[in-house]
Amino acid sequence: MPGITREEVAHLARLARLELKDEELDHFAGQLDDIIGAVAAVSDVADEDVPPTSHPLPLTNVMRPDEVRPSLTPQQALSGAPAQEQQRFKVPQILGEE
Amino acid sequence: MSDLTDVTSLTSMSAARIAAGIAAGEMTAVEVTEAHLARIAAVDEKVHAFLHVDREGALAQARAVDEKRARGEELGPLAGVPLALKDIFTTEGIPTTVGSKILENWIPPYDATVTKRLKDADVVILGKTNMDEFAMGSSTENSAFGPTGNPWDLTRIPGGSGGGSSASLAAFEAPLALGTDTGGSIRQPAAMTATVGVKPTYGGVSRYGMVAFSSSLDQGGPCARTVLDAALLHAVIAGHDPLDSTSIDQPVPDVVAAARQGDVTGLRVGVVKEFRGEGYQAGVMQRFDESVELLRELGAEVVEVSCPSFTKALAAYYLIAPSECSSNLARFDAMRYGLRVGDDGSRGAEEVTALTREAGFGDEVKRRVMLGTYALSSGYYDAYYGSAQKVRTLITRDFGKAFESVDVLISPTTPTTAFPIGERADDPMAMYLADLCTIPSNLAGNAAMSLPCGLAPEDGLPVGLQIIAPAMADDRLYRVGAAIEAALQARWGHPLLEEAPSL
Repeated sequence: MPGITREEVAHLARLARLELKDEELDHFAGQLDDIIGAVAAVSDVADEDVPPTSHPLPLTNVMRPDEVRPSLTPQQALSGAPAQEQQRFKVPQILGEE
Repeated sequence: MSDLTDVTSLTSMSAARIAAGIAAGEMTAVEVTEAHLARIAAVDEKVHAFLHVDREGALAQARAVDEKRARGEELGPLAGVPLALKDIFTTEGIPTTVGSKILENWIPPYDATVTKRLKDADVVILGKTNMDEFAMGSSTENSAFGPTGNPWDLTRIPGGSGGGSSASLAAFEAPLALGTDTGGSIRQPAAMTATVGVKPTYGGVSRYGMVAFSSSLDQGGPCARTVLDAALLHAVIAGHDPLDSTSIDQPVPDVVAAARQGDVTGLRVGVVKEFRGEGYQAGVMQRFDESVELLRELGAEVVEVSCPSFTKALAAYYLIAPSECSSNLARFDAMRYGLRVGDDGSRGAEEVTALTREAGFGDEVKRRVMLGTYALSSGYYDAYYGSAQKVRTLITRDFGKAFESVDVLISPTTPTTAFPIGERADDPMAMYLADLCTIPSNLAGNAAMSLPCGLAPEDGLPVGLQIIAPAMADDRLYRVGAAIEAALQARWGHPLLEEAPSL
């Protein structure tokens, strides 16, 4: 399986919303390459006819009665907000100016 | 003060002894809490087990217990007993950082179910303990707030991610602690510090309010200095919770009765063949082999068992856990809570998110988020994540086959004793090997315990013995653990922790 290049790490960082510094890219590229080399051992079973397990429990959807129950007040829900205005989360601009 | 309420004697007592003493009026909950707060004040500058000590809250809870007793109300089995809470469980009004700068000043508006159950049981929460950031690590060096020292040797790691919890027990700062175990974060720190740690069956303890890292693996559990204390804590925190859809809606196995029984006569014990060989320290294997022999002497039938897929568990784990983490940690977007960096009016939301995550996450979190992003990307998904899920099935089958012929499995908890702080800090693969023996249980979702089985002759540091039981057979861990603990202590003449250097 292929190793990982500095450019690929930069791409992953963009996908993962991490504004990495140049020196971090160099540092992580070597480490991620080592890790991926080690974990690639799982691909030995890639062609085997084995069902995947995503979870240790046989999960079914869990429903509850549609009844009002206590929840956070608006003040509590906003208590950790970096910025707020008019009882809402205040966020930086989402769409460009142009 | 009488001898009994002497500060040193209070901090060296078991949780069971403290609870009995408070209930009998031999000591008050306030005296017990003050003794532990004084111990923290005296030694935690060196150990750094705690990120936050809630002196006022602890004393208020203790006073409430004493008042309850004065009113003649019945007290629960752990009423008035102090506990150190891993900083991954939310606590209303008390900071919860998960060892990360991104949540440095976060004060949750709600209690985790575990926190609530502790409070309802009148357990006294002393404070929040240090941990690897988001529970990612095996040494507690990945905490954004500095490492924790192992009370056996402060220059060495106390294990991780729950190193603050294990160190608080070994330093006699608390008789009970809470941990979480995604790949070994309760059991490996227990092994490093000569304490007891249990990863319950997945779904046995509610994850509501437990900051998520890898949701199909994360499991909260008890940490203590004795098997019985761990069982008493297990009984308090376990059980169905409607707020966690993966919580098991079945009665909790009677772990306390099992810990009191402590008998292995006729029990079938399997030794996992794959967990020895290269990378395993000689002194660790020596103490492990002695434990196997001890089980035979106690009347257990010991056989060797092969679980061939376990050799791929580490690789599968380091694909599954990072994949789930990359998705889970997407919620840290600097919008609703936690750190926000670079919001100067000129930058857009996406840029602020990326700058915040760069500033707020440490190296290991960044590595895992990127690794998970890689493993889940199209083109690699089948080869990596898909294969890892197949390995998970094979591991579960290996366990299933093994448990057809044995009642429990045993292995060393971890291949080596505590390593020096800094030794593996920037070598992720070396660090990951610390979880070699603990990971299969997380992937399969069954129950496992680590308890001390001696000191490695070459370095005088604690060695952990791991016991693994099928899902929902958590009581077997306590039955076997209590028998081994009693036999070893009879041989040593005292609990192993008494051999730790004084701080």
